[in-house]
Amino acid sequence: MTADTPAQPAPVRREGEIPSRRERSVPRAGWMVVARKELGDHLLSARFVILLIVIGIAAVIPLYFAADAIRSAASSPSLPAARFLTLFWYGPPVANGQVTLPSVSGFMAIVGPLLGLAFAFDAVNGERAQGTLPRLLSQPIHRDDVINGKFVAGLAVIAIVIVVLFGVIAAFGIIRIGIVPTAAEILRLVLWVLVTLVYISLWLAFGMLLSVVVRGAATSALIGFGTWLLFTIFGGLIVSFVKEFLAPVSGTDTTQVLQNYGLRDLIQRLLPDTLYREASLVLLNPQVMSRDVSTPTTIGGLTQAQQQIPSILSLDQSFILVWPQVVALVALTVACFAIAYVRFMRQEVRA
Amino acid sequence: MTAPSSRPTRKRIGRTRSGTGAEQDARPRRTVEGADRPRAPIRTRGLTKMYGELVAVDHLDLEVQSGEIFGLLGQNGAGKTTTILMLLGLTEPTEGQARVVGLDPARRPLEVKRRVGYLPDSVGFYGDLSGRQNLRYTAQLNRIERDLAEATIDEVLEQVGLTARGDDPTETYSRGMLQRLGIADALVKDPDVLILDEPTTSIDPLGVAEILTLLRALVRDRGMAILLSSHLLNQVQSVCDRIGIFAAGRLIGQGTTPELSQRFGEDTAHIEVGIQTDDDTGVARVREVLAAIPGVVEVTTPSRPLDPWIVGVRPAGDETRVRRSILAAAASTGLDLTSVRPLPPSLEEIYRRAVEKAAHGHARDVR
Repeated sequence: MTADTPAQPAPVRREGEIPSRRERSVPRAGWMVVARKELGDHLLSARFVILLIVIGIAAVIPLYFAADAIRSAASSPSLPAARFLTLFWYGPPVANGQVTLPSVSGFMAIVGPLLGLAFAFDAVNGERAQGTLPRLLSQPIHRDDVINGKFVAGLAVIAIVIVVLFGVIAAFGIIRIGIVPTAAEILRLVLWVLVTLVYISLWLAFGMLLSVVVRGAATSALIGFGTWLLFTIFGGLIVSFVKEFLAPVSGTDTTQVLQNYGLRDLIQRLLPDTLYREASLVLLNPQVMSRDVSTPTTIGGLTQAQQQIPSILSLDQSFILVWPQVVALVALTVACFAIAYVRFMRQEVRA
Repeated sequence: MTAPSSRPTRKRIGRTRSGTGAEQDARPRRTVEGADRPRAPIRTRGLTKMYGELVAVDHLDLEVQSGEIFGLLGQNGAGKTTTILMLLGLTEPTEGQARVVGLDPARRPLEVKRRVGYLPDSVGFYGDLSGRQNLRYTAQLNRIERDLAEATIDEVLEQVGLTARGDDPTETYSRGMLQRLGIADALVKDPDVLILDEPTTSIDPLGVAEILTLLRALVRDRGMAILLSSHLLNQVQSVCDRIGIFAAGRLIGQGTTPELSQRFGEDTAHIEVGIQTDDDTGVARVREVLAAIPGVVEVTTPSRPLDPWIVGVRPAGDETRVRRSILAAAASTGLDLTSVRPLPPSLEEIYRRAVEKAAHGHARDVR
C-alpha cells in the first residue's frame, strides 16, 4: 500500500443496504463458480492424467486386435449391418482364440465405475479434511451449490474423457478398417456415449454419496472400489448363485419356474453393470434381438413376437428395446444423488 | 491497545459507487457515540441451540455495535463456535432469533454471508493452490469483478503481511501463515462484520501483535463490527472493547474489563510495590510495615529479591488511600522504595471467578 493515495472515508451503509459493487458484478450462479474451480482442479490433477493414460492404453490394445479381425471379415457377408460400430462391441479373440479380450463397450462397463468413483470419492470429505468446508459454506452461495457444482464438474471431466477416447477410437477405426460410418451409425454411437455417461454418472453419484456419508477419504475410496468389485467382477457370480441354488429355472412346477425366472431377471436387472451391458449391446448392434436382453414383460411381450424373426432393428426399435435399462440407470443415478444431496444439506458444518 | 496512527487506512481501489452512491458518500460518517447510533450489526435475543438433550447455547442475548471489538471468552465446548455458526446461518437455532446486519441469518443466509467475513476455527485452504488463487476463488464466490478482486487481494495480502508468499502453494505455509491467510480471506469480500473464531491461535507473538493492530485499524477506520472468540485471555483483554464470558452455553457476564471486574472480582485491588531489600531481616521488616497499613488484606513476598511486592487491598475503593499510606510508611520507616503502581484487574482472575460463580448458580438451579 502506498501512503500517497488519500484514503476515502468508509461509505455509509444502512441496514439491509446492498453494497454497490454487487450491482456491477458478473451474474453467475454459485454452482457454476464451484464447478469451474473443481473442473480446473480435476484437469490439472494427477488422477486425471493417470486415468486418461491407463484407460487410453487399455482401450487401444483390444481395439488393435479387433480392427484386424474386423478388417479381415469386413468383406464377408457375415457382418451385414453397422460394420463400423463393430469396433465398439466386438471382443477379439487373441492367442489363437484361447482368450477373448473385452470389447470397448465391455471394457467401459468395467472401468467406467472407476472413472466415476475416482472423481467423486473425496468430493465432500476431502473439503472437510482440508478444513475448507466451513470457509466455503460461509461464502454467499447456497449449500447445494457445493454438491451440485462438484457433480457437474465430475460429469464434465468424465464427458471429456469418454468423448476424447471414443473420438480417438472412431478415428482409428476409420483409418485402420477404412469404413466410414453412416449417419445412423453415428447416431447410435452418440446415443451409446450418452448411455455410457449416465452409467458413469451413476457411479459418480455413488462416490458423491460415499464422500458425504463417510468421513475419511481413504475409507470412502475403499468402500467405493469394494462395491465396484462386487458388482462388476462378482456380479455374474451372484446372479448365477441365485440362479443355480435359490431359484433353479428347471423343474416340474411351471408356476414355480416362471416365478424363479422372474426373480432371476429382477436381480440381474438391479445390477447397473447388466443394465449398461444390455443397453450397449442393443444400441451398438442392430442385430441384437429382445431374446438377448432381459426385457420387462410388457415391452418384451409387445416386441417379442416380431423380433423372434432374425432381422435388423432400426435405431428407434433398438432404443425402445433398451428404454427400460436406460430409465433404470437414470433412476439409480438420481436416487444416489438425491440421498447424497439430502444428507449433505442436513449435515453439521463442523467436523 | 491503540493502533499506531501510521497504519494506512484501507484503500478502496476502483470502488466507485454508481447512481445515488455519490450522495451517500458525501454524508458524514455516523459514529458509534452519535445520537443516531445505528442498530447493532449483531444482535441475538434468546438464541438457543440444542443438540438432542444437550444445550449448546442457552438463551443468548448479545449485542455487538459497529466500531467495536467484542471478545467471546470461554472454554472449549462452551458454545462459542455454535453461536458463530448460528450467526452465519450455517446452523439453525432451536429457539430465539439472531439479527446480523439487520437480517435473519436463518432466513436470508446469502445476504448475511455476503456481508460477513468469517474466519473458521482451524481454517484450511486448498493445498495445491497458491494463497492468491485461494483468495481468488473466494472473490469469485462473492461475485466480485475480476479487476476489483485482484486489487482487493493485493491489498488484503499486504495487510496480513503475506505479499511475498502469496504465489506459493498453501501446503508450504506454516500454521500461522494459514491463519493470516484466513484473515485475508475473510477480508476479501470487504465485510461490514467480521467474525473470527480463535484468530490468533498458532500465530507467533509478533504476528499476533500485528494482527491485533490490523483489527483495531479495521474497527477504527472502517467502523467494522468484530466478534472474536478466544481462550487466550490476555489477547482478548488487550484488543477487545467489550468481553462476554461464556460458560456451558450461557453468557454469564459481559462488559468492559473494569465492569466485569466490579461484578465478578472479589472486591480486591492489587498494588505493585518495588522495594529494595538487602537480606532476610529486611524482607521481614518490609512485610511487617506493609501488613500494618489499614486496608491491606494480603502481602505477597517476591520470590526473587528484585521482583516487586504485591499488596492486596479490600475494599477495592481504598486503593488510592492505601497507595498514599505506603508512600508515607516508606518515608517514615526508611524503606528503599523504587516504584508503586496499581495493577489492572486481571481478566484471568475475573474469568475464573465468573465461571466458578456461574457453576455455583447453576448447581443451585438444579437443586
